[in-house]
Amino acid sequence: MDTLASLADGFAVALTWQNIALALMGCFLGTIMGALPGLGPSNGVAILIPLAFTLGLGATPSLILLTSVYYGAMYGGRISSILLNIPGDEPAMMTCLDGHPMARQGRAGEALALSGVASFVGAFFATWGLVFLAPQLVKVALLFGPAEYFALFALAFMTLGGVSSTNQAKSAFAAALGLGLAMVGVDTQTGVPRFTFGEVHLYDGIDFLVAIVGLFALSEVFIFLEHRGTDKDASTAPRLDIGRITPSLAMLKKCTPTMMRTTVLGFIAGVLPGAGASLGSFISYSMEKKLVDKDNTFGTGDPRGVAAPEAGNNAAAGGALVPMLALGVPGSGTTAVLLAVLLSLNITPGPLLFTQNPDVVWGLIAALFIGNIMLLAMNIPMVGLFVRVLMVPPRILMPVVAMVSFVGIYGISGSSFDLMVMIAFGVAGWVLRKLDVPLVPVILGTLLGNAMEVNMRRAVTIADGDYSVLIGSWLTLGLWAVAIIGFVLPIFVGGVVKARMRGAAEREASITD
Amino acid sequence: MSDRIFGGIGLMLAALYAFAATTIPDSFMSDAVGPRAFPYGIATVMALSSLWFLFKPDPEPEWPRMGRLAEIGLAALVMLAYAQLLPVLGFVIATAFASAYLTWRLGSTLVQSAIIGVSTALGIYVIFHLVLGLSLARGPLGF
Repeated sequence: MDTLASLADGFAVALTWQNIALALMGCFLGTIMGALPGLGPSNGVAILIPLAFTLGLGATPSLILLTSVYYGAMYGGRISSILLNIPGDEPAMMTCLDGHPMARQGRAGEALALSGVASFVGAFFATWGLVFLAPQLVKVALLFGPAEYFALFALAFMTLGGVSSTNQAKSAFAAALGLGLAMVGVDTQTGVPRFTFGEVHLYDGIDFLVAIVGLFALSEVFIFLEHRGTDKDASTAPRLDIGRITPSLAMLKKCTPTMMRTTVLGFIAGVLPGAGASLGSFISYSMEKKLVDKDNTFGTGDPRGVAAPEAGNNAAAGGALVPMLALGVPGSGTTAVLLAVLLSLNITPGPLLFTQNPDVVWGLIAALFIGNIMLLAMNIPMVGLFVRVLMVPPRILMPVVAMVSFVGIYGISGSSFDLMVMIAFGVAGWVLRKLDVPLVPVILGTLLGNAMEVNMRRAVTIADGDYSVLIGSWLTLGLWAVAIIGFVLPIFVGGVVKARMRGAAEREASITD
Repeated sequence: MSDRIFGGIGLMLAALYAFAATTIPDSFMSDAVGPRAFPYGIATVMALSSLWFLFKPDPEPEWPRMGRLAEIGLAALVMLAYAQLLPVLGFVIATAFASAYLTWRLGSTLVQSAIIGVSTALGIYVIFHLVLGLSLARGPLGF
């Protein structure tokens, strides 16, 4: 078994004191960020990238730190869903439905412990899925030439809006905006400056880290300024007692089949482009409700309704790493941010990653296993600690988020110009969010724009200027077909799913209020 | 209406982008595609989706009232001033002021704001500079 041998090597890489400490730190910070409403996995990772970078960490340690944050945030999101009925991040939305009613019955501790176990099961098996599926995908990806890569990038953009976006035109606009920003700077193939308007600072292009931190972290600060003192203000929600924090064996036993089914479903949702963790938890919950909810207890504090979305979203988080590592094409917002880490460390993601930097890939995967066990240990006995962190009001938290973002970006370049660009992205991010334009395609565009163009030009140049090469093989045709289906299908079914997701959350809120 | 305005701005942006792309100079090294083709494609996608917003706008988003808009604008201005003053005043002083302003606007009282501002600045300074060794902006006082 090649794969297992590589995994063993990965453990050798990951098991150094520095890496274990980083994983521990990442898991801890991630859980906090996931738990705090307003900070989710993508902006949590975004804030920390510049720091990992300026601290001079190598590739493997930085990735270990940041993916631990990613997994941690997926665990942490449930805490505020259960206690406050406010999802700590988007994937945790479905956990509110049964988690909060459980908490109101005085079983908050049980709900927290059970969802911790469910998160562990989901993430643990999804990481095994990653171990076995990613190398298979790499074998396929090695057949890809530049034309196939161009089609693959197009596929990533066209499916990214996916089923959860309301308006495909808005995801298309967002992608064009991101790609357009990526073009700024000196053209790598011919050396001419493009869209720089004579500004020397722009010759290197726009640093995607600046864009990411501005769009994800600063725009959140503006959202909080907008909602202060209104009923969307998270700081006024009532607090609940926790109760016992161990789930009974009977409850675990009852939930085991649920966790197993939703882990598989969540993992598949994660691997598919454009679906991601939010959809993973949504379809897991819906399927379980259809399958096992015979007495109509879902929505009133059924433990299976807590286990299903948590196992689903954590499995999807692991699944989303498969296309990111194997193809270099992320399927979700946070994996797009993790891709930024790889790019800023000068590591080319994609199939060659597995042959050229096996230590990075397998070290990372091993670290995920280690992180998972740490998270389970952290999230059950120490959950009280994280609950206390939730008491930090946003008025203190958000300025800290803003300042840490500034510190990170200033640390990279030491230039005020980058800070101003970041603020501009923050304001733009706020406006785009108000208009319901998704931010993830913007980020993905700035990240992948140059690679996409290079592959397109390489393919056409090899074919002597013949553009038909872009659809010249069965593989490209297949990729384009999936891309077009992925773009068109949500126009018909996407609105329904999105409306149901929102509807479910709102119905629940009106019951418990 | 917001979506229609947005569509109009998007169209203008696409036109500007396409125009800026025409001004990209040719180079002595060139490939079959050249540096302009891909940007034209981007401008096309942008223009098409903007047209879509013009003809099929989404329901109106909930815009905040003028006061709140001014709030966001002022916060952005304070951040811009912060970016400019950071190298002049040094990290601790500039950060204390900026975070005090933000926490005040998010609902702290004046006294609380002063305390939170100073502790945020000092806290970040200690953790990131003294413990982690990150280089922060140095002011005339050396911190």
